Amino acid sequence: MAILVIGEHDNSTLRPSTLNTVTAAAALGTEVDLLIAGADCSSVTDEASKVESVSRVLVADDPSFADGLAENIAPLIASIAGNYSHVLAPATTYGKNILPRASALLDVQQISDISGIESEDTFVRPIYAGNAMATVRSTDVLKLITVRTTAFDAAGMDGAASVETVSGGGDAGLSKFVGEELTRSERPELTTADIIVSGGRGMQSSENFVLLEKLADKLGAAVGASRAAVDAGYVPNDYQVGQTGKVVAPNVYIAVGISGAIQHLAGMKDSKVIVAINKDEEAPIFQVADFGWVADLFEAIPQLDSALE
Amino acid sequence: MKVLVPIKRVIDANIKVRVSADQSGVELNNVKMAMNPFCEIAIEEAIRLRESGKAEEVIAVAVGPSQSQETLRTALAMGADRAILIETDPAPEPLGVAKLLKAVTEKENPGLVILGKQAIDGDNNQTGQMLAALLNWSIGTFVSGLEVNDGSVRVTREVDGGLENIDLTPPCVITVDLRLNEPRYASLPNIMKAKKKPLETFSPDDLGVDVSPRIEVLKVIEPPARAAGVKVSSAEELVEKLRNEAKVI
Repeated sequence: MAILVIGEHDNSTLRPSTLNTVTAAAALGTEVDLLIAGADCSSVTDEASKVESVSRVLVADDPSFADGLAENIAPLIASIAGNYSHVLAPATTYGKNILPRASALLDVQQISDISGIESEDTFVRPIYAGNAMATVRSTDVLKLITVRTTAFDAAGMDGAASVETVSGGGDAGLSKFVGEELTRSERPELTTADIIVSGGRGMQSSENFVLLEKLADKLGAAVGASRAAVDAGYVPNDYQVGQTGKVVAPNVYIAVGISGAIQHLAGMKDSKVIVAINKDEEAPIFQVADFGWVADLFEAIPQLDSALE
Repeated sequence: MKVLVPIKRVIDANIKVRVSADQSGVELNNVKMAMNPFCEIAIEEAIRLRESGKAEEVIAVAVGPSQSQETLRTALAMGADRAILIETDPAPEPLGVAKLLKAVTEKENPGLVILGKQAIDGDNNQTGQMLAALLNWSIGTFVSGLEVNDGSVRVTREVDGGLENIDLTPPCVITVDLRLNEPRYASLPNIMKAKKKPLETFSPDDLGVDVSPRIEVLKVIEPPARAAGVKVSSAEELVEKLRNEAKVI
């Protein structure tokens, strides 16, 4: 049977998380459908039809789907899920919000945040903030799954899928989108960046994050932060890397003034190369760092900046 | 308005968990247990709603083994008015928990159910969403701001791109994120008082709910260890290693 992927987008572009989820779906079966539920989202549909491995793009274009409200989209997913063996969504705030609601409507025990696929019913997923890896088998006939995007490559864009419209769900009258404050940045996005420069409590203020931003711009990197730095108000919440923030796996993760709490490591320890800069040589971050530099970051960062010239 | 707060007993967040030798799970013997940190934030928010006159009663509910009573007593010591334990060992999967909570919700008729966005053991992040689905209630997930008004609840949600605001039609389910509040500590007099607060116990059968598992855990192993690397002593050395050894910049 076919696999359904729930596409994440903002009504104008497809989010990269969708591409990683399609790759996971293609590992489960050859026929992959991609659902785009949105409003005035034809540019997303065009993009979706080019995603490699996708056979059909299913478009549900309705004002009630504009803002990703779970109350409106979950019933749509539930209404078409019967045609599939698996329904997959990215384990992002979008997917985590919607898919469990669809699972309960379908009386299915969802499997969250899979990082590996063993067979059509057996999956690997991190538990306890990644301190243990569980292999689990689902006995539900239909499987609903969220996918850890860093664990699967992004699908290519050389596909040619057909496009069909679907209907279902709609305005449940339970919730209304009011507004958003999204962080606008010219830098790469955290979850897809090749290089991340990340700051912790050691940064001491939001002004000091400018140091990291300069370094990041020189490297073409994204800027992240630990929970401590976000809680202290140095940077907005969407910078947070960790168990309860974003999970990232760049080629290089440069942790500056971050001690390395378990909860932070959970979000970045799959990075290819980890660099730690911290003045406390006992900091746990050094236990996972490929390159550690015991130094005061306020001296180290400007030096690193000039060494990159 | 009543506020229902489902909470979970988990391994203390500061303890490093160990995988059990037979790979069946993680070691729970002689390990310090505590209330899931997100549940503490949920209890705190409910108590603040009562203190500000927006709620009359805060009811803490736990689903799990009999020792979950201790976790409920902690909630009572923080300020919850009464507690309900649905005793079942082991704790069911999120869908089973959501079904049990639906039964309790229908008995108690709260205006709000506030719970943590995830428990730090299974990291599932499902229960609140599933409960809202089963009740056909509105849902606010990852909530870092909550405003309860007449006929409407405004939530601020922490999403991947930043923050968003949504108006929910009550009754609703709220799952809380880290920055909603800072939970209080229970004072000693309140810990003593909590011992006398009412705590009822039910079984899944009492509530007529089937919580048979749908997922089989085949094995639990340690993640691949990451070895510590080398120390560098200058910016030039670091750049050289990143460029020529690791070839990543």
